[in-house]
Amino acid sequence: MAETLLELQGVSKSFGGLKAVQQVSMRVPAASLTALIGPNGAGKTTLFALMSGFLMPDAGRVFFDGQDITGHKPEINARRGMTRTFQIVQPFAQQTVRENIAVGAHLHLAQRALALEQAEVVAQQVGLAPLLDKAAADLTVAARKRLELARALATRPKLLLLDEVLAGLNPQEISEMIPVVRGIAQSGVTVLMIEHVMQAVMNLAERVWVLSQGQLIAEGSPSDVTRDERVVEAYLGHGTAARLRAMGGAA
Amino acid sequence: MFDSAILIPSLLNGITTGAVYALIALGLTLIYGVLHIINFAHGAGLMLALYGVYLLKERLGIDPYLALPVMVVGMFLLGYCLQRLVINRASHGKDENILLVTLGLSIIMENAALLAFQSDTRSIETPYTLATVTIGPAMIAVPKLVAFAGALVVSAILVWLIQATDLGRAIRAVAREKQGAKLMGIHVDHVYAISFGIGLACLGAAACFLLPAYYVNPQVGNGFVLVAFTIVVLGGMGSFTGALLGGLLIGVVESLGGLYLGESLGQIGIFGIFILVLLFRPQGLFGARS
Amino acid sequence: MKRWRRDIAVIVLFVGAILILTTSSDSGVLLNFLMMALYATLLAQAWNILGGFGGQFSFGHALFFGTGAYIQSIAQMQWGLGAWAALPLALLGAAMVGIFVGALSFRYGLKGSYFALVTLAFAEVFRILALSVNFTGAGVGLMLPLKESLANMQFGSPRGYVYLILVFVVLALLISCWLRHSRFGAYLQAIRDNEDAARALGVNPFGIKLGAIALSAALMGAGGAFYVQVFHYIDPGLAFGPHTSVEALVAAIVGGMGTLWGPVLGAFLLHGLSDITRNLFGQLPGINMIIYGLVLVLIVTFMPRGIAGLSATLRARLGGRNG
Repeated sequence: MAETLLELQGVSKSFGGLKAVQQVSMRVPAASLTALIGPNGAGKTTLFALMSGFLMPDAGRVFFDGQDITGHKPEINARRGMTRTFQIVQPFAQQTVRENIAVGAHLHLAQRALALEQAEVVAQQVGLAPLLDKAAADLTVAARKRLELARALATRPKLLLLDEVLAGLNPQEISEMIPVVRGIAQSGVTVLMIEHVMQAVMNLAERVWVLSQGQLIAEGSPSDVTRDERVVEAYLGHGTAARLRAMGGAA
Repeated sequence: MFDSAILIPSLLNGITTGAVYALIALGLTLIYGVLHIINFAHGAGLMLALYGVYLLKERLGIDPYLALPVMVVGMFLLGYCLQRLVINRASHGKDENILLVTLGLSIIMENAALLAFQSDTRSIETPYTLATVTIGPAMIAVPKLVAFAGALVVSAILVWLIQATDLGRAIRAVAREKQGAKLMGIHVDHVYAISFGIGLACLGAAACFLLPAYYVNPQVGNGFVLVAFTIVVLGGMGSFTGALLGGLLIGVVESLGGLYLGESLGQIGIFGIFILVLLFRPQGLFGARS
Repeated sequence: MKRWRRDIAVIVLFVGAILILTTSSDSGVLLNFLMMALYATLLAQAWNILGGFGGQFSFGHALFFGTGAYIQSIAQMQWGLGAWAALPLALLGAAMVGIFVGALSFRYGLKGSYFALVTLAFAEVFRILALSVNFTGAGVGLMLPLKESLANMQFGSPRGYVYLILVFVVLALLISCWLRHSRFGAYLQAIRDNEDAARALGVNPFGIKLGAIALSAALMGAGGAFYVQVFHYIDPGLAFGPHTSVEALVAAIVGGMGTLWGPVLGAFLLHGLSDITRNLFGQLPGINMIIYGLVLVLIVTFMPRGIAGLSATLRARLGGRNG
């Protein structure tokens, strides 16, 4: 088993009476491409916020690269090598694509000229090169998603947390994005993605965690997990698994 | 130092002033609660209203208390038009823009008054300006007592309006969920403008109560702006109860502060509270996090 | 790389133009106009650093102006320092006040309207303090003795003052240029455009904003020190009152927030406008500020990116979205 890059131990978070995340423990191996899935409202984005430091857990600990980072601020974690993207894209609207990505590149490059150059390189990597001088506010949703990805990539992360990077894309755009994500993982970056697009999850992920109502209900390979009864029930409702079995006969 | 003969009058004074502050703050609270904008022009609006009351008395001989309906309606119309025709259009919905537009309006209003009236401080004389009433060890000026009572009455009417009428329901609906309200057929722009108008109408009423015991000059708004904001933030943005209690509290703080620290430094007490609340308890004493 | 060279080139041209005008003209009117317009420019540039590049709108920038003005006066009149020795103290003092207000505000996450209100409150507090305390001259204010000499930073003709203010304006231009082409500036603008996204990329909002407010305050303090050297007088209302705060922000917004030349354009335009109105309407009180207020409302309504952003505004109106 490869070494663990990110580890959660019994992490919990409540908002008022709502238990958003309950006792989640997981280990993300280094240099892996993994996915976090679950029905809407399961708490996946909250979990990302807890991992990256945007939220402080009520209980439990978060370890990154062997260090306890529980409650540390996002900017500190980013400097350690953990970068996240946002489910609802957050571009620097007034700035160009190049300038947007450069902000990420500046994490390791102090000189403006070098950061701008690096921004071009990263833009090439994700296929945004033709749009480098466009204002972020003028981009389509698909382009903005790529920009979100490029910006995070420019920080040379060890761990990239992608929050629904495929949401809102049409099938063509999805099939264009999948190889990009795979390429990033192959270059050595550990990727953990929140995804609803099952095609991508099955295609890309080595390991999948399933979150439902704040609790981790299953983990394993994509095929194992999608056959897991509890997972089916979480997505399709109580009793579905039994009904499917009754209907379908042999699996 | 704590001689009740000095303390009680100061307290009572503070409470009577506080009631008027509360009325001013209520208008601001309504505007913030519904439109979610911080109306930087609130102080200037009060100043204009004070001049309005002044002119009605000096030019037309109308007693400030009798001028109440005129002022309330007049300020309401002013507020409605400002919101509908200027602020709404200028802001494009962006918060920073609204901030700047209300600031711009306040500058225009203040200096238009300066142009029209020069910077002299003016006050009015009525048969009851100097009359006082004795309560315990305190002699309270009659205008202040009327201000106290009047402010409470108007506040009560305002709260009734918001809680118990159809209009109030529409306003609350828009405040909570603009899109939903729109889908219910509520004309949101109209409600926004009405809310702003009511906010300014409160200033009209406050001015009628204020002028007999106070004065007016073009800068007078500045003093009230920060006090009003302090109250609104202290009471909790969007909370009526908070604005009422906050107003009374601030009135007392100002009075006691003035008593012990002198007029100028007493004011600092208020701003100090303001800064502290903003930093350490921005939801105020009663407010919900908006 | 090439971009900053171009910016520097334009700055050089600008300085050259001002110098040519100043040395070749004997017209008191022109020299006075240049002096006051450049002074307004400095104030606008100072505000622009925090408000335009940083996105933190301060409505009480006079706080730093007044601090600089009072320190400049007190250092000379009560501590026996020369004008040039007092100057760095004025800048430092203003920067420290900036850091104080910034540390409190940013530590507790004040943004938008709340930040604007807090700056207003602080300016008022300082005004009242200055009014109540003796070493600031209380309500009477402080009057700097008239002693014209270069060593005293007091000049007989406006020409000397134009050179002086030009130095500050160029300093501010260079700082703004640096903001456009540096990591610090990129981080500052990222925070302005989306603080959460910036944090996810490793940007430390507190430190960066603090740096911005310190720079902004120092430049504003320079404006205050300059004011005192020119007018030989300061009092609490002039120092901390709303007039200066408004002047600074309106000029920056009208000219174009977050740009290099916006504050220059805005300040020259507004100052020119107010000179014209003064000629047309005489010394009518308040007319100046009414114009400022009107222009502010109009610009925010129709041209939110200011004059410098006019081409972008037009392009957005006429063109469409693509990509």
